[in-house]
Amino acid sequence: MSRNASAFNSVLGWARKFSLFHYPFVTACCGMEYMSAACAHFDLDRFGAGWTRFSPRQADLLIVVGTVTEKLTPVLQTVYRQMVDPKWVIAFGACAVSGGIYDNYAVLQGIDTVIPVDVYIPGGPPRPETVLDGLIKLQEKIQKQDQDWRWRKRRS
Amino acid sequence: MTTRLQSEARRESLLLNMGPFHPAMHGTIRIMLEIEGERVRNAEVEIGFLHRGFEKTCENKTWFNLLPYTDRLNYVSPLLNNLGYALAVEKLFGVEAPARARLIRVLLGELSRIADHLTCVAAMAMECGAFTVFLYNIKAREFIWDVIEATTGARMTTSYIRIGGVRADLHPGWREATARAVAETRKVLKDVRGLLDANPIFLKRTRDIAVISPERALAYGWTGPCLRSTGIAYDVRRAHPYLDYDDFEFEIPTGERGDNFDRYLVRMREMEQSLRIIEQAASKLGASPPAVMAASVEPAAAIEASRSRRERRPIRLSPNLEGSEKAVSEDILAAGPWAAPPKEDVYSSIEGLIRHFQFFMKDHGIRPPRGEVYGAVEGGNGEVGFYLVSDGSDTPARVHLRAPCFHIVAALEELIVGLYLADIIPTFGSLNMIGGELDR
Repeated sequence: MSRNASAFNSVLGWARKFSLFHYPFVTACCGMEYMSAACAHFDLDRFGAGWTRFSPRQADLLIVVGTVTEKLTPVLQTVYRQMVDPKWVIAFGACAVSGGIYDNYAVLQGIDTVIPVDVYIPGGPPRPETVLDGLIKLQEKIQKQDQDWRWRKRRS
Repeated sequence: MTTRLQSEARRESLLLNMGPFHPAMHGTIRIMLEIEGERVRNAEVEIGFLHRGFEKTCENKTWFNLLPYTDRLNYVSPLLNNLGYALAVEKLFGVEAPARARLIRVLLGELSRIADHLTCVAAMAMECGAFTVFLYNIKAREFIWDVIEATTGARMTTSYIRIGGVRADLHPGWREATARAVAETRKVLKDVRGLLDANPIFLKRTRDIAVISPERALAYGWTGPCLRSTGIAYDVRRAHPYLDYDDFEFEIPTGERGDNFDRYLVRMREMEQSLRIIEQAASKLGASPPAVMAASVEPAAAIEASRSRRERRPIRLSPNLEGSEKAVSEDILAAGPWAAPPKEDVYSSIEGLIRHFQFFMKDHGIRPPRGEVYGAVEGGNGEVGFYLVSDGSDTPARVHLRAPCFHIVAALEELIVGLYLADIIPTFGSLNMIGGELDR
């Protein structure tokens, strides 16, 4: 990557990491902690991720909050496919990460078996501080990653 | 597969699918609608998106180990679910928790109930566009969770209420923290009532919308705030008193019309009553024992100390981290086979260690006598009942949950037929569907 391209890459990363529009795929208990993290006390907005979009088509960041059951799996896949690139996924809570304490016939054992995941936030449910930490980790990842922008894609 | 709705629909009608991921379907539920213009002509509700196999899983866990699963039923007020389960098992054993534990249960249970109602009102108001109310309520909930967290060690899923008592005594600063939570909640309730009670937008969307008659509500098996909004003053705390609810002064607020607004108002007024109960419980409770942590003996250091032969001094652990000191455990946990052995014994003697393993290992553990019990408490949404069947082994033969939500959501189809499409949102919000409880 040339020097200019690298600088542009960095600027783009900076812009993207501080304007995450997220779509909360809230299913269960973790939703309560998601609410706490998003509201005034812990304030997700401080990190540029305050804008909750309830349409996957407008969102960059899919936060899968809570248990995903086998019955819900196709819905999750559909939502993920509806999001436009670039997009990131956070698995929020033990159930989304690995199925958690629900190791049985009904529960999907981790959402990474069906969609790619960028950051895993452990805990059942995780504390809001853990959520913020996860978000910062994702921002670091976004900053560092090789950004795709349209004209670069076309050339390659 | 053709659904009931599809087979009943007229050919010219528009079929609309709401959910399972609609922003207002907090949790996951699918409502299929046949609409005529803006009016709902027919509706069908599909549930089960959060079916996590609670009842079946419990049959493979020991009586003690399934406690964390009960946390995650009505996840907005986990302590009340713990309480329901613990009371049912206590009934099986024929044991009652000590007086102090009962008061702690009342105190934390009522805090959970407020958290539950706050969340419900917050979500309902937000979906009607009142985002301020949402922020205020969640703020108040944080103060309540501060108390719960400092005592139980977790914000939500606490597994704090144990069979025969509670896990630990209240944390040293609980009185101030509770007073603060009560004061903050009062302030927020006043603000919220000021914002919503006479708000024309809110009233338009809730007054006389989704009215249910007392007879229909009873026929569906409604309980809790939703039933009380129709004018029937049924509250498990009064009808079948448990703990010490007989000794507390509180009213049971009821509504008149059974519409969305009454359901909102009953919840708001119930929170005020819960605050009263909390204050009474706080004044009845004596001071908690001083923190043992102050002796600068950390748990790890204490275990280390116990290994040296010369030192025979008792090991000191925090009452709130481990919570079962011999000295305090009698006050908060009834002695018996259902109580986990005190940690001092576990770490300092081989007999204690053996008892510890026997308590926690599968095929050992608690063995209630054979029999069936039904124990119920007033949860956030209504009567949370546990029906337990014991075959005398260490695992339950059957656990059935009587989830209040299940009965309430059953009436949803009937409630929304004939309404405008937009009325579904506040109606659904006022019913307070909780996925964990509904789908188990």
